[in-house]
Amino acid sequence: MSTIEIAEAVDETKAAPQARPASRAGLRLAGFLLPVVLAIIWEILVRAGLANGRLMPPPSVVGKTLWQLAVSGELWTHAWATLWRVGAGFGIGAAVGTALGALTGALPLARGLLDPTLQALRAIPSIAWVPLFILWFGIFEASKVALIAVGVFFPVYLGVAAAILSIDRKIVEVGRVFRLSRLAMVRRVLLPAILPDWFTALRGGLGLGFMFVVAAEIMGASEGLGYLLVDGQQLGRPDTIIAAIIAFAVLGKLADGLLLALTRPFLAWQDTARDRL
Amino acid sequence: MLTFDHLAKTYADGTRALSGIDISVAAGEILALVGGSGCGKTTLLRLVAGLDRPSEGRILLDDAAITEPRADVGVIFQEPRLLPWLSVADNAGFGLSHLPATERARLVTGALVRVGLAGYEARWPRELSGGQQQRVAIARALVTRPKLLLMDEPFSALDATTRASLHGHLLALWEESRPTVVMVTHDVEEAVTLADRIVVMQPRPGRIFDELDNPLTRPRDRLSPAFEAIKREALRTLDRSLTDSEPRQHKAAESAGMWW
Repeated sequence: MSTIEIAEAVDETKAAPQARPASRAGLRLAGFLLPVVLAIIWEILVRAGLANGRLMPPPSVVGKTLWQLAVSGELWTHAWATLWRVGAGFGIGAAVGTALGALTGALPLARGLLDPTLQALRAIPSIAWVPLFILWFGIFEASKVALIAVGVFFPVYLGVAAAILSIDRKIVEVGRVFRLSRLAMVRRVLLPAILPDWFTALRGGLGLGFMFVVAAEIMGASEGLGYLLVDGQQLGRPDTIIAAIIAFAVLGKLADGLLLALTRPFLAWQDTARDRL
Repeated sequence: MLTFDHLAKTYADGTRALSGIDISVAAGEILALVGGSGCGKTTLLRLVAGLDRPSEGRILLDDAAITEPRADVGVIFQEPRLLPWLSVADNAGFGLSHLPATERARLVTGALVRVGLAGYEARWPRELSGGQQQRVAIARALVTRPKLLLMDEPFSALDATTRASLHGHLLALWEESRPTVVMVTHDVEEAVTLADRIVVMQPRPGRIFDELDNPLTRPRDRLSPAFEAIKREALRTLDRSLTDSEPRQHKAAESAGMWW
């Protein structure tokens, strides 16, 4: 039931596709119907003694736990630790991914040299790096940030390289006709042309960043929402686990929304239906 | 002013797009290239624009061989090719980035007025119709005052009314600085409306079939008998170019009556 709530929270933007404005709000609310009804039924079943709420606590218990974590300040400590790791890992991964993606996209020589290796590295499940990163960077923040950076790097790298390779020749010819220098061509034509794809790649990278922060924190941390998950498991407190899962969903959604809001002004020129979806 | 000297272009896959092209164009002349599809018209234009290199021969502009795009050559493509992330004004002024902003704005506004787009400066290209976008492209090419203007079927995607009004806009802009113009078209009426000379080309490999002069003074009346006569002659030549395999550059007079 709670997993449905989370899936719902993550996917709520997709709940209301291209409907008429009047019915759009209604459709969006309709998406809440199923999880809310299921939550109420579960609550009633547990209270009536028809179901055991120990392993799957009813919404009221989860809510109370979340409230207690928030009041004690614990929730904010954990959320901040997680956010910091994602932020640092995302920053590094996105920067390196963008730089290498631009390099291999723009220079055939760099593509021939680097791309096969990077594609091979991509085939390694990123979690497999964890033991090595712990040996290299220790068990504290550096190894976690490194893991997240690796997770963010690949979608950003692939997105930028593909975006550069798919730039419309016709637009580039306009730049050539006006005799733009190499630098001016990059600044005035190539960069704006890949902007939408770059932003999409960054969003994908951010999503993966949140995935890998969970992995990193589960494998050893003294704070962070992932630590809260492990803590709940070890103490036999499923309500804590679900509270942490909900916090992850909210955090991920907020971070994605922030990225979207920051990038949207740069894409006002786009002739797409994206805004309406 | 512009000379094609034994020009030939063979693509990497062996396709002979052009072969043995010799034309010379006088300063201020409007030259139209017409012909069936695949006769190398666009290839020829791309060579003049410096976007491709010829395989043989040279193109001389004021005695200098063209090997790369030049500042004094403007190009209007078949599609508007506006940059979607720039406003109409920034698109029209794309080639003026070396000028101070006020000077650029003055020139751009002037050019947009003359293509009938006054007040559209702040719009995005996506908000414009196809004809309006092509007008922005015309303004963009002419606002830099090129010595040579190249046009690749610039009006082919537009309806007849829009096309006729764009011919007017184009000639108005052309009058100001009288650049040399080389245009590709498949519309004979358009060629007769705009050009001083019409070169008919033939495919496989792309070569010159025949050429005819258009002595009519501007503005030209599309309904006058003289206009009709030249259009008919051009159509005949075009028809012959499609049925004949041998070029007959110097037998135009005798073959005029046996075009079928």
